[in-house]
This record gives sequence, C-alpha cells and structure tokens, in this order.
Amino acid sequence: MTNFLTLTRMRIQLTLRNKMFLFFSVIMPFGFFFLYAGVFARSVPRVVSFFLGPVIALTVMGSFWGLSAGLVLFREQGILRRFHVTPVSASDMLASSIVANFVLTLPTVLIEFLFARIFFHVTHFGDLVSAFLLIAIGTASFASLGLVVASVTNTMQETQVINQLIWLPLIFLSGATIPLATLPQVVRRVGLFLPATYLVTELQDATYANAAPWSPDVLLALGSLAIWAILTFFLSTQLFRWEPEAKIPGRAKLLVAATAIPFLLLGIWENKTNRTIARAQAMFDSLNVPSKSAPPADSQK
Amino acid sequence: MANSILQVENLVKRYGDVEAVRGVSFNVEEGEVFGLLGPNGAGKTTTVEILEGLRTPDGGRVSVCGFDPQRDSDALKHQIGAALQSTSLPDKLRVMEALRLFASFYKRRRNPEELLKRFGLEEKRNTFYSQLSGGQKQRLALAMALVNDPKVLFFDEPTAGLDPQVRREIYDIIEELRREKKTILMTTHYIEEAERLCDRVAIVDHGKVIALGTPRDLKAHSGGSTRIEVRLSKPESDATLKNLEGVADARVVDGAYVIHSNRPPQAIVSIVKHLEAQGNELISLEIASPSLEDVFIEMTGRRLRD
Repeated sequence: MTNFLTLTRMRIQLTLRNKMFLFFSVIMPFGFFFLYAGVFARSVPRVVSFFLGPVIALTVMGSFWGLSAGLVLFREQGILRRFHVTPVSASDMLASSIVANFVLTLPTVLIEFLFARIFFHVTHFGDLVSAFLLIAIGTASFASLGLVVASVTNTMQETQVINQLIWLPLIFLSGATIPLATLPQVVRRVGLFLPATYLVTELQDATYANAAPWSPDVLLALGSLAIWAILTFFLSTQLFRWEPEAKIPGRAKLLVAATAIPFLLLGIWENKTNRTIARAQAMFDSLNVPSKSAPPADSQK
Repeated sequence: MANSILQVENLVKRYGDVEAVRGVSFNVEEGEVFGLLGPNGAGKTTTVEILEGLRTPDGGRVSVCGFDPQRDSDALKHQIGAALQSTSLPDKLRVMEALRLFASFYKRRRNPEELLKRFGLEEKRNTFYSQLSGGQKQRLALAMALVNDPKVLFFDEPTAGLDPQVRREIYDIIEELRREKKTILMTTHYIEEAERLCDRVAIVDHGKVIALGTPRDLKAHSGGSTRIEVRLSKPESDATLKNLEGVADARVVDGAYVIHSNRPPQAIVSIVKHLEAQGNELISLEIASPSLEDVFIEMTGRRLRD
C-alpha cells in the first residue's frame, strides 16, 4: 500500500516537471474549452452550459494518451526493470498511474467549470454530484484503457498509432465534438457501442439537464463505465510487462477483445431502445426552444 | 555446500531455439565477492537476472538467501540489491528523490543521506537523473542497490562503458564493500576487474562455466607461466614453436602467436634464433605476466575481448 502511495507521488511530481504534460493536459483541454464555449456556443451562457459536458468529457478521455505513452516510455528505457528488482508489484505500478492521472486531471476539469462561470457567465451547472461521479469513473476507465494500450504495444510509435486509432472515433462518434443529435443515424448506431458516448451524453445530462446520480441514465452510464474500468484494469495487470523485450502471450490478446463485451451488450440494447439517442436529441432540441433562460430541467423522463 | 547463501545448480535458460545458459552451477559463500567473467553473450546477465527473480529458468535449481527466486520472489526482493545492466531512471527524477523513493519500498532501510555522502553524490543531490554523467549514474545505481542494506548484491557489468578513471572509482567502491564482507555476485568482461575485485571467479563461455576458482589458482593452472605474444611477417606452425627450447605452449589466436613459457629469456632467444633460420621476421613482441585471459585462451582458443 505504501509502495503504491510513494509511486503515485513520484508520478505526479514527474508529470508536473514534464513540458509535454503541460501541453496535452492543460493547454489542449483549455483550447478545446474556449473553442467550444466561444465559437460553438457563441458565448451564450445556456449554450455554453450545453457544451460543458462534451468539453469536460474530452478532458477526461484525454487521460489515456499520457498514460499509455508514459508507461511505454518507462518500459522502453528500462526504468520498469529497475522497479522490478524491488518489492514493487505490477498493480502498485498500474494503480499509481491511475491515481496520479486522476489527481492531475481533476484540477483541469475544475478550472473549466470556473472558466465557464467567470468568462461565460454560466450560472447553471446542473447536478454536480452526478458530474463528479461521472468524471471520477470516466477518468479511471479511460486511464485503464491507456494502460491496456501500453500493454499491447511494443514501441512508442505503435502506441501513438493505436492512440490515434482509438482517439478519432472516440471524439467524433460519441457526440464529444459533433452533437449526437446532428449525426446521421448510422453513425449514431455505431457510437452506441463506444464508452465515450455514454460519458459524453450523461455528463451533458448532469451539467445541462440536472440528471441526478440515481436517475437510470446516469446510473447505467456509471455502472457500465465502472465495469469496463475494472475489466480493463484487470486486463492491464495480466498483460503487464516489466521487460522491454518481453512478448505478450497470444491468449492474452484475446482478453483485450473481452473488454469490449460490456459496451457491446449495452450497444445492442441501446440500439433497440434508443434511450441515449433520445436523451441527446431532447437536450439538443431544448436549445432551440426559446426558454425562460432556465435549461430544461424538467425534460428528465 | 548446503548453507551457501547463493546456490546455482545446472541452470538452463532458452530464448526460443537459443540456449543462453546451458547447465551452469556454482555456489557463492557469505562475505565473498564472486565474479562471472566471460565475453558478451556468454549468459552472465541471464544467470544473474534469474537469481534476481527477473527471469524464469527453464531448468535447474537456484536458491538465494534460502529463497527460490520464482516462488518466494517477494520475500527475496527485500534481501537483495542490484545494479542492473540496460536500465535507467526517469529523466526528471532528482538524485536524492531516487534514493528516498527506492528506500521507501523496503522494510529494512539505510539512511539515504549517508549513502549520498559515501558515494560522493552530495553535491548532486538535487540534480536530475538526465543531467548526471555516466560515472555519476553508475555511482547512483550502486548506492541504490544498497538502500535496503541487502544480504546479497548483484552488480551486472558495473563498469561497462565507463572511462578508465571512472572505472577505478567504481573499483574503489566495490573494494570497500568487499572489506565490509558484503556478499557480491558481479559479472564482467574485463579481466583486470575480475582479478582485482573477486575472491573467486567462474569463467563463462557459451552458457557454460569452463573454469572456476580463485584468480590465483586459475592462473596457476593455466600453463602457469609468462605470456609472450609475437606477430610474424610470415606464417609459422604453432607445433614448431611449441617444440622450441623454453616454450611450454604455443597457439595461434587472431593471427598472433600466444606463447607460454616458464623460462621467458630462453624462450625468446630460441624463438628469435628459429625465426632467423627460417628467414621470418618479428613484427612485434609483447611479454605479459599470466592473466585470466590466458586461462580463457587456453580453454577456448579465443580472446576474451572482442
């Protein structure tokens, strides 16, 4: 336990000393934020509030970049080997990645809320408990995804290619950049198989439409993200390699496919019921209703 | 010897079709500095990494401090300290932070301040790892191996890639540890290092121990004699050279003639006479007191250094 804590502290310290971190974890998310709030939402407080969910989801999902790259670098440079001769365990190492990332992501998200308040005069932040829970579980689950990427790739280049391949559908098919409601039906159907879609939609549901933590939509998103996080984290402990030249066993690669199961099932069910798409559509439509300045808190089913 | 602190019996390790370690056996006693000497790729690092619990053996039996490095890896790791080959630390980790961090992993700890002083790193305490010189990095690696006051130390090629002056600094450190009766298993491909630092040496080649003993014994058993190395303008048969007066042994190694003799002056005279008679010319001649290199040449017909 103490090994895990000291490692977490080291990871936080090292990350703060890294200029790449400053760019990917601070400047880029804030860039997205101002793009969404200033350009997409044209600084209209109600619309900024609408886009707050997606922009925070982007910050949360971005976790997996730095995590995978950081771990692969540690392995490639033989840093992990040095830890391997100490009593440090693979789960100490992996859990410290998740927690350090969490501690580093949270302030960025908090500042995004503050910016919304200060620069765009947003006063409506919806249900902050739901939002916090989604942010917490979302950060942990996408960080775990990063650990799996680190486990299945052998070199930094491979890692970056896989990261790109994951990142693009994640941001374009989930509603994080283009609102789900405006995407073609086929694309939306595909998006329903992605964890990102539920994070984006329910964060929006929480901050814009006041969805409570116990509302079925939020609970479903929290539950499926949590199950997915546990599966991916478990997988990353199974696939963890200390040595740069160690190979991943073939059967272990099969396990990677297993982590897709929760959202495969959820996607099939959602494609039948259309719950999430309907939710996203309702929130989007409410933007065009000239409201009494209050967001559609009542639109909750 | 059942109570040796480190036991290796018939160790085998394969990488695919390649047998890197082919039945290595040796014991290390408490308080001893034991060296694995051999060329690159002889299986030294693999052997050490199996003992550290970093690799799984394919056959044989090993025991370190009474533990099986595979089964009791957690308990074992508290008892050992290691300076690995091809390892590194995060660039932006400071020297003192590294010592503190690694000390924090162990139940038994040494004072990092004291290690810093002892390894001459006091002035570098706040320096980032990436800004250290090669010698400083290696001193830090050795200091880090000691943070848990281990029972057994593993130094894998502790001076590889360092310049001669820095190498001597590292020798001083290891000699001091030797005086403190630390148990050390080290690997090296430098002959002088093995001769100077090790109480006993196992010479390893192609995954096998080909000779084992104190440096003095090993040298005594090899032709037992002074080495005369000559280069000639025309080829000469080593059998002829062997029969000359004063010559105990002669063989061709990489185009040079390595001759061993117990009576060097006679040998040289007879060689020169013989060459004159043959119309052959002496290009160079070197005389050296016997070293572990001679043992290696005798066993393998090759030089240790490539």
